[in-house]
Amino acid sequence: MAGIRMTKPWVALSPDSIDALPAQLGVYQIANAANEVTKIGYAGGREAFGIRTALQRELDEGGVSFRAELTHGYMTRFEELLMIHMHDHNALPPGNQDHAQKVGRLMIDGANATPNTEASS
Amino acid sequence: MDLSLSDEQQLIVETVRRFVADEIVPLEADLDPDAGALAPDDFQRLVAKTKEMGFYGLDIPEEFGGPGLDTTTRALMAIEMSQHRAGLYNPCYGTFGGAGLAQLYEATEEQKEKYLYPTLRGEKRGCFALTEPSGGSDPARAIQTRGHEDGDQWVLNGSKLYISGADKADFALVFARTSDDPGRNGVTAFLVDTDTPGFNVRRVVHTLRSTHYATEISFDEMRVSKDQILGELNRGFAIANDRLSRQRIPYAAGCLGAAIKAQEMAIEWAKNRETFGGLLAEKQAVQWMIVDNEIDIRHARYCILEAAQKADRGERFRTEAAMAKLVASEASGRVVDRAMQIHGGLGMTKDLPLERWYRELRIRRVGEGPSEVQRLIMAREILGGSFK
Ligand SMILES: Cc1cc2nc3c(=O)[nH]c(=O)nc-3n(C[C@H](O)[C@H](O)[C@H](O)COP(=O)(O)OP(=O)(O)OC[C@H]3O[C@@H](n4cnc5c(N)ncnc54)[C@H](O)[C@@H]3O)c2cc1C
Repeated sequence: MAGIRMTKPWVALSPDSIDALPAQLGVYQIANAANEVTKIGYAGGREAFGIRTALQRELDEGGVSFRAELTHGYMTRFEELLMIHMHDHNALPPGNQDHAQKVGRLMIDGANATPNTEASS
Repeated sequence: MDLSLSDEQQLIVETVRRFVADEIVPLEADLDPDAGALAPDDFQRLVAKTKEMGFYGLDIPEEFGGPGLDTTTRALMAIEMSQHRAGLYNPCYGTFGGAGLAQLYEATEEQKEKYLYPTLRGEKRGCFALTEPSGGSDPARAIQTRGHEDGDQWVLNGSKLYISGADKADFALVFARTSDDPGRNGVTAFLVDTDTPGFNVRRVVHTLRSTHYATEISFDEMRVSKDQILGELNRGFAIANDRLSRQRIPYAAGCLGAAIKAQEMAIEWAKNRETFGGLLAEKQAVQWMIVDNEIDIRHARYCILEAAQKADRGERFRTEAAMAKLVASEASGRVVDRAMQIHGGLGMTKDLPLERWYRELRIRRVGEGPSEVQRLIMAREILGGSFK
């Protein structure tokens, strides 16, 4: 189904690009210099300044670039992004290896991906 | 009707209340407001506790190793178990265990070995696939998923919408039309392994319940063997009706729990918050909201306990269970709404659980049969057969 992948262009993670975002709830992907997704995250209801706070933490931890979506349904969208990544790569991003919940199975573009896989914890 | 609790029920209620206050609420303080699960270590620790308390697997019938609670006690527990932020859809984060799909108890011994017992041991999970894009209120007529016989197999084609947990399930209970009868006598229930070729999870469906999504699934030339039929061919709707009616009672009780907590919070806030030189609790408009809450809460409680007591006495309780579901889901929505109003801006924030209950209670008026369908069930019983 079209529209479920996050396809926005990558933006360099910097104090300025973070400041340009509204302090809202949402989801994001972090990429390395090769534009490979290294982490999928969300800015939930406990972040002081929503996605800005979450991305500042990612910048502090060495994130290179990001793309983000603002949404109140950050939990389910976060899980959906994990499912898509699992579909495409048969593994979770390196930064999500501690994800403790089972990741669901999704058919995308007519292709069934991995069988149900218990994420490593 | 006697609404007083026996000594044993009182003890159980107090034990669950303490469990929620001492074990769940403190953990929740550190979780995201929309969290749907505890950290695995906390979950395991609390499961060990509920097992020690003898409450694990609350809904498992006694003959299958459950604690053998009567419906009234189960409802009283459900009222307590939902009194925390995630409590409506995830009472105590599942630490009291699950019972699996109610229909599995009607399965053959072979099917029980394959699906029910592993579910009870926590090794497998199932999903319930009834609703279709063509409608869920009247599934008997709406079901378009079609099964045709091919040798000793059935081949299913069609799709289902809003199915919870299909993407993580090991098996699904799938309802499909297997004869030309356009109503309930043409529908068969199949137990389908989700790794069967042709079982496809097409998309995630995001809803107000932002902790958990639903899914859309499709069956594309999906082949299942004849021994995957649950119950009898073309009699899929006859399965476990009594158990399904019974489930409406704790479902209603869960709604009431959230309302009771919201009312407690509203009272506490009204007694402490000042506007225009006086406490909110002194303003008649606020007093009336709190009184209206109390009326809604007591009405729902009465309906729930009436249904539960009738079920426990072995009397017919279909109308009462439908009424309990209808009244509790609607009344609790109003209570939480008023509690939010009394809290002002704070009531709209994720600092309090009210906004989450508000969203999730809205779904409760549709899930497990919309209010209108509950009214339909009651009307049929009240008016009698010729008005079906
Ligand atoms: C979060 C969520 C999770 C769900 N999980 C599952 C699941 O796991 N498995 C599953 O099978 N289904 C599931 N459902 C589907 C749910 O059971 C249906 O949404 C519900 O039964 C209503 O069906 P419908 O949405 O097709 O509405 P419709 O049947 O199209 O009805 C629409 C509305 O019409 C009104 N209406 C219907 N009949 C009458 C009548 N006779 N008189 C007057 N008014 C009427 C009601 O207000 C109803 O809400 C889920 C739904 C949600 C929102």
